[in-house]
Amino acid sequence: MSRAETQMVTELCARMKAAAGPLMPILHAVQDRLGFIPHDAVPLIARELNLSIAEVHGVVTFYHYFRKERGGRHVVHLCRAEACQSVGGAALEAHAKRSLGLDFHGTTKDGVLSLEPVFCLGNCALGPAIMIDQRLHGRVSAQRFDELMAGMRAASAGAL
Amino acid sequence: MSAVKVYVPRDAAARSVGADETAAAIIAGAQRHGIEVELVRNGSHGLLWLEPLVEVATGNGRIAYGPVAAGDVESLFAAEFTAGCAHALKVGPTDEIAYFKNQERLTFARVGLTDPRSIQDYLDHGGYRGLQAALDMQPAAIVAAVTESGLRGRGGAAFPAGIKWKTVLGANAAQKYVVCNADEGDSGTFSDRMVMEGDPFVLIEGMTIAGIATGATQGYIYLRWEYPDAHAALNAAIEAAYARAYLGENILGGGKRFDLEVRLGAGAYICGEETSLLESLEGKRGQVRFKPPLPALQGLFGKPTVINNVITLASVPIILDRGGAYYQHFGLGRSRGTLPIQLTGNIKRGGLIEKAFGVSLRELLYDYGGGSLSGRPIRAVQVGGPLGAYLPESQFDTKIDYEAFAEIKAMLGHGGIVVFDDTVDMAAQARYAMEFCAIESCGKCTPCRIGSTRGVEVIDRMMAGENAAKQEVVLRDLCETMTYGSLCALGGLTPYPVLSAINHFPQDFARAARVRVQA
Repeated sequence: MSRAETQMVTELCARMKAAAGPLMPILHAVQDRLGFIPHDAVPLIARELNLSIAEVHGVVTFYHYFRKERGGRHVVHLCRAEACQSVGGAALEAHAKRSLGLDFHGTTKDGVLSLEPVFCLGNCALGPAIMIDQRLHGRVSAQRFDELMAGMRAASAGAL
Repeated sequence: MSAVKVYVPRDAAARSVGADETAAAIIAGAQRHGIEVELVRNGSHGLLWLEPLVEVATGNGRIAYGPVAAGDVESLFAAEFTAGCAHALKVGPTDEIAYFKNQERLTFARVGLTDPRSIQDYLDHGGYRGLQAALDMQPAAIVAAVTESGLRGRGGAAFPAGIKWKTVLGANAAQKYVVCNADEGDSGTFSDRMVMEGDPFVLIEGMTIAGIATGATQGYIYLRWEYPDAHAALNAAIEAAYARAYLGENILGGGKRFDLEVRLGAGAYICGEETSLLESLEGKRGQVRFKPPLPALQGLFGKPTVINNVITLASVPIILDRGGAYYQHFGLGRSRGTLPIQLTGNIKRGGLIEKAFGVSLRELLYDYGGGSLSGRPIRAVQVGGPLGAYLPESQFDTKIDYEAFAEIKAMLGHGGIVVFDDTVDMAAQARYAMEFCAIESCGKCTPCRIGSTRGVEVIDRMMAGENAAKQEVVLRDLCETMTYGSLCALGGLTPYPVLSAINHFPQDFARAARVRVQA
């Protein structure tokens, strides 16, 4: 981590550690800001919360949502659960991997998009469903998927 | 002329198919046509195949149009939809839509009708009457009302809520907690999400009543990260409730304290199991705890804790408002009250159907759902999430009732129904159930942690035609070990979808083997 990032994590811990059971909220806060939980952040958080490194590492690695490595600027979560399967979820999954040229947990070469599996987005009557960052999309066909990805790439290019 | 009230849902499912774009088009269209429109972002009525569902308030009630894409809005203005006039997308008065009209909405009474961001709207529609009643009652009387209602845990385990509450009330401790399980992880379910987004105050009210009834002063809502819209809705509602003294140190001046906070999960299905949820809230890996001790006696941070699902807690206000007997009057047998059923997957008219217990699967699938979305025959439905059994057509007359489902080795769970048409490969579904268990196992019990991986391998060998008869014996033995050798429902119930698939659809396992051998 950079010095600024180290300072940010230290400050987050200082501000949040008085709460009951502060570890999960702190990990969320770190990931919200950096997009992942850096390896170096684990001993730092452990020290601030008076936990062992193993305890913090154990929590970070238990939960699927916490990323251990830097991902793309945008994260696409694709639902693999039964309701989406019943309306072509597996075909959409295959299309997504093929069109983005990656497998689950991968990031596109341009660093714009990461693809993650998710088990249910609560949009089970309007599947197949995906979530791009915090935004839910329903009835996602292969064509709609491509449009959404193109939109994210265009927005990302515009932001540079 | 006063402004015309137009409703476009803020619900995440409605937004997922363009509700925001439709709302923006309506604002722009109103300006172009010089019509004063007051746009309300309501909850969803749960008629999800019609989303985005646009409603206009008229002298004859609310008139519905749907599904309305942004591109349809100009033609709606041209047809004077703001006066409720005819249009190809006009559905008619919302109250008269059979799917909606034939429901018994108790818990969902306000969802879709009100603005979830307005505490005033909540109060105007009967909100906080349950809390008012509770404030005038002794804690034991509140618990008695919940017990009398017959309300059972709607998260899936169906444990009587009143008994849980009574245990917490009777426990002696300086600090007690109310925890809401909003880790709605079952595929085919979204009723928790819809309540939290569409009527968050009813959950807050239910939790506050639980606190007053049991002497708990701190509440937590453990919400899955996959629900950012619900997170925003809950935080806004909690802030509004604090501002009006419905939360805080002196609720409505009655001298009772109750504080409430939302905490986020991080994508672990197992955290929907109550003891691993508590571990997670404490900042640990979400590993299942042994019971006893019961969470009601030693729950969060070792203190007595009421832990209930969203729908359970959101059903409490109406019970306190109308009385336990009123709620108990709905339903049949030991399944009292109503269940918000979620009709999902390959279904023409998917949505939320709150009905008294006793409605049959067949009525839901065909009368409400209109058959499959693909138009092909419905071959199987999975009820109760990824740990629920797959039911064949011969079991579609089963009534929505906890005991009726238990009798056929199935479970109602959280009330989600996932529909599959005849293209489904049930061997693949059985394999997926084992794979899901392997991915989501917390690792505590060996039969779940290792057995699920072995289960995937055995099914793969069956599908490859490697001595299928012998593999089936191994698979059934493995399922028995998982059933009886796991602490919680993940390892214990994964055999449900697996065994129901092989028992009801053996030809799929044989067919898979044949296809592989030929290839």
